[in-house]
Amino acid sequence: MPVTDVNKDLDALTMTITAEFDAGAERIWEMWSDPRQLERWWGPPSYPATFVDHDLSPGGRAAYFMTSPEGQKFHGWWRIEEVDPPGRLRFEDGFADDEGKPNEEMPTTIATVTIAEADGATTMSIESKFGSREGMEKVVEMGMEQGMIEALGQIDALVAGEKA
Amino acid sequence: MVVGREESRDDEKAADLLFGALADPTRRDIFRRAHEGRLSVSALAREYPISLAAVQKHVAVLERAELVSKHRVGRESIVRVETDALQRAHAALDRLESEWRGRIERIDQILDEDKGEDKGDS
Repeated sequence: MPVTDVNKDLDALTMTITAEFDAGAERIWEMWSDPRQLERWWGPPSYPATFVDHDLSPGGRAAYFMTSPEGQKFHGWWRIEEVDPPGRLRFEDGFADDEGKPNEEMPTTIATVTIAEADGATTMSIESKFGSREGMEKVVEMGMEQGMIEALGQIDALVAGEKA
Repeated sequence: MVVGREESRDDEKAADLLFGALADPTRRDIFRRAHEGRLSVSALAREYPISLAAVQKHVAVLERAELVSKHRVGRESIVRVETDALQRAHAALDRLESEWRGRIERIDQILDEDKGEDKGDS
């Protein structure tokens, strides 16, 4: 497992994950700077990402969509805040509508990527932060709904089983 | 470890309250409806063939189990699903963690494939 550390700050609403890779910093930077490589890992295998826009310069934007197994497309965007190859990238990541226009109602996260090479190995750390507490609440609501409905379904099934 | 024991007793009590609260189909239904949106106690009472007092009793059981909370809005008493702020922050950060763990694993896989290709070339 390349992950060496995970740290969560409940007050600042940040999650920092650190990983070590057996490769140079330039190679790790390519994972971000080359959209075709980025597409290979940004989305989970069942929701592969396609980047239609990818401008890694300060103020630049990226646009992508992830495709569900049913073929439904979920659009997203990045707004680049800082870029310093191959050591640092900071960007905001949010949801977009079907035309790729940013959806202001949906939560955003800000990722700060730090890449440092030492003794032939490269450490990449990512600090991911919710754009706002309201955004975080929304993410939880969306996830919680599913979890609770499933839990209630299981309780219903248990009770039905007892009756039968 | 006295503290630990006390804690686990509290946990057990909380679990009893939780399962007790959800063991009743009307209460499960109230909880499910509350989860879909805020609703007033009087609107709930209209949904079931039971008295307003009986509905209030069910809501009180859900409240004790900390599944819902009641808020007064004007003359209405509104029932809302209760989740503690800390719990919500935990859940949100856990989501970020699993998302990035997946990405890091996939990057590592690509790097492994690189090495495989290098070997193939030489």
